[in-house]
Amino acid sequence: MSDVTTAPRAAPRAPAMAMRVKVALILFALFAVLPPVAVALGDPFMVLIATRILAYAIAAMALDLILGFGAMVSFGHAAYLGFGTYAVAILSSYGVNDLLLQMLGAVVVSAAFALVTGAISLRTRGVYFIMITLAFGQMAFFFFISLSAYGGDDGYGLSSRSTIFGSDVLENDMTLYYVTLGFLIALFAACHRIVGSRFGRVLTGIRENRERMEAVGFPPFRYQLTAFVISACITSLAGVLLANQAEFVSPAFMSWHRSGELIVMVVFGGIGTLTGAIGGAVVALLLEEWLGALTHHWPLLFGLILVLMVLFSPRGITGLLERTGLWRARK
Amino acid sequence: MSRLDVQSLTKSFGALKVTDDVSLTVEPGEIHAIIGPNGAGKTTLVAQLSGQLKPDSGRIRLDGADITGLSMPERVKRGLARSFQITSILPGFTVLENVALAVQARSGSSFRFFRPVAGDAALNDAAMEALTEAGLGDRAGVVASALSHGEHRRLELAIALATNPQVLLLDEPLAGVGGEDAEAFVARLRRFKGRFAMLLIEHDMDAVFALADRVSVLVYGRIIATGTPDEVRSDADVRAAYLGEEGEEMADA
Ligand SMILES: Nc1ncnc2c1ncn2[C@@H]1O[C@H](COP(=O)(O)OP(=O)(O)OP(=O)(O)O)[C@@H](O)[C@H]1O
Ligand SMILES: [Mg+2]
Repeated sequence: MSDVTTAPRAAPRAPAMAMRVKVALILFALFAVLPPVAVALGDPFMVLIATRILAYAIAAMALDLILGFGAMVSFGHAAYLGFGTYAVAILSSYGVNDLLLQMLGAVVVSAAFALVTGAISLRTRGVYFIMITLAFGQMAFFFFISLSAYGGDDGYGLSSRSTIFGSDVLENDMTLYYVTLGFLIALFAACHRIVGSRFGRVLTGIRENRERMEAVGFPPFRYQLTAFVISACITSLAGVLLANQAEFVSPAFMSWHRSGELIVMVVFGGIGTLTGAIGGAVVALLLEEWLGALTHHWPLLFGLILVLMVLFSPRGITGLLERTGLWRARK
Repeated sequence: MSRLDVQSLTKSFGALKVTDDVSLTVEPGEIHAIIGPNGAGKTTLVAQLSGQLKPDSGRIRLDGADITGLSMPERVKRGLARSFQITSILPGFTVLENVALAVQARSGSSFRFFRPVAGDAALNDAAMEALTEAGLGDRAGVVASALSHGEHRRLELAIALATNPQVLLLDEPLAGVGGEDAEAFVARLRRFKGRFAMLLIEHDMDAVFALADRVSVLVYGRIIATGTPDEVRSDADVRAAYLGEEGEEMADA
């Protein structure tokens, strides 16, 4: 599948990996001290914005698992974000408010959808894979547009946030933030383990040279499909958290623009690094926020920055940092 | 029973018959060499035997079992491995990781998601063994893309060895390897003789006549002669097909 990834290969070199984990830990530490700082600055609203960023960081990281490590450019990943958000809306309308049960619902639906659409999409390669995942994403999008019981196009406001074991602790923005951060850290740890496991090595091997992997005895399809499903499930968890942050769900969460934004975050941060996807989500969303405040034409500026980034550092922020030596992996 | 038994294999690319009614066997422990001019269809034959290409017709049997419909990974699982004429490796992986993956493919499930694979001693030890046998033991930690051409050819061999083959299809293992390197390579292949059977595609006549128990000559997709190295060398048809430089080389060898 090396024809799918056009960016240079991110080699799974041990020192670079160790350094990326360290940088991720530094990011997590910064995230952890953000709420008290926001309060001290008299800007508690920042915490809610940051929660949104963390949720997207989870989704971008999940996408990187297949895009960066598996060379599968899914252009329909917002669908899973959408399944997560609607799991909250639909289940809570039936009185199921528990966060973990809603996550379970989101994961089951996402796994099923990913299994079926992934199995079909993986029959194709390259640009066809991108297009077919986009088409499936759009199908999910239009399904929820036509779901008038939940507001269709207009979306659906949540009457309350999810509960945890019957307690409404998530109504507090701080708590929601730290729960989201907890999920980000746990899921980063899980993704990091997966990448370094037997399974991860096979997945990365297929990215590097599919024919070679077949010639030593690995049938690529089942490994790629498994990774696709795992990625979809993690993305749906981000959706559950995002619905709680917004207290509102709408098909807009699963539009193809959103899928594109996820890809942009991954590319921005540096594909195949996990840490980069988290950084990419932070930088992309902050840029959107700041440039948006600056001018109505912010997408133009954003596009320009993205073009420059891809031209001068195809491996994104990670590549930039690693090149400047600020973030040089020690031997 | 033959290890590998190929019957009436045929393959065309459009109007071009690349494999024309090819039948051959590889016996247990045997090295069966296939020689033939450029474009004769040698690589295409290997591709069909390994499952990379579907033949138009014909049968392939491994230890008596029909494997014609099996995929490449399934054939490898049954002990039929190949090496590539144009080196095919995982460029971003280390030399050791390239080989360890081949070991992993035949030892246990790869649907294991948590335990770090880098420290898996069983995989690494077996991979080191294959690397040492291929003459690349001292380069284990190097990123594969940084190897020289000669080292790439040895890595190609080490990966094939690590699959633990019963029958190994070697597509011009010596391509681009010359001089002492080539001699060492031939000596290495000789050491594997008896451990598994080999179908050896090779242009290097010295190597072919030093190693092969039997030689088949493939010209325009057809096998025009099969026999011991001496028989093939003195075959008139073969000489006619090999007029020019290679014909002289054969006569001299
Ligand atoms: N996929 C393909 N489509 C069309 N023609 C092909 C294809 N693959 C190979 N050929 C043609 O088939 C013929 C045999 O090619 P093949 O690579 O099998 O030869 P070879 O004996 O391995 O040659 P060499 O000694 O150069 O490696 C050549 O004429 C080649 O151009
Ligand atoms: Mg060839």
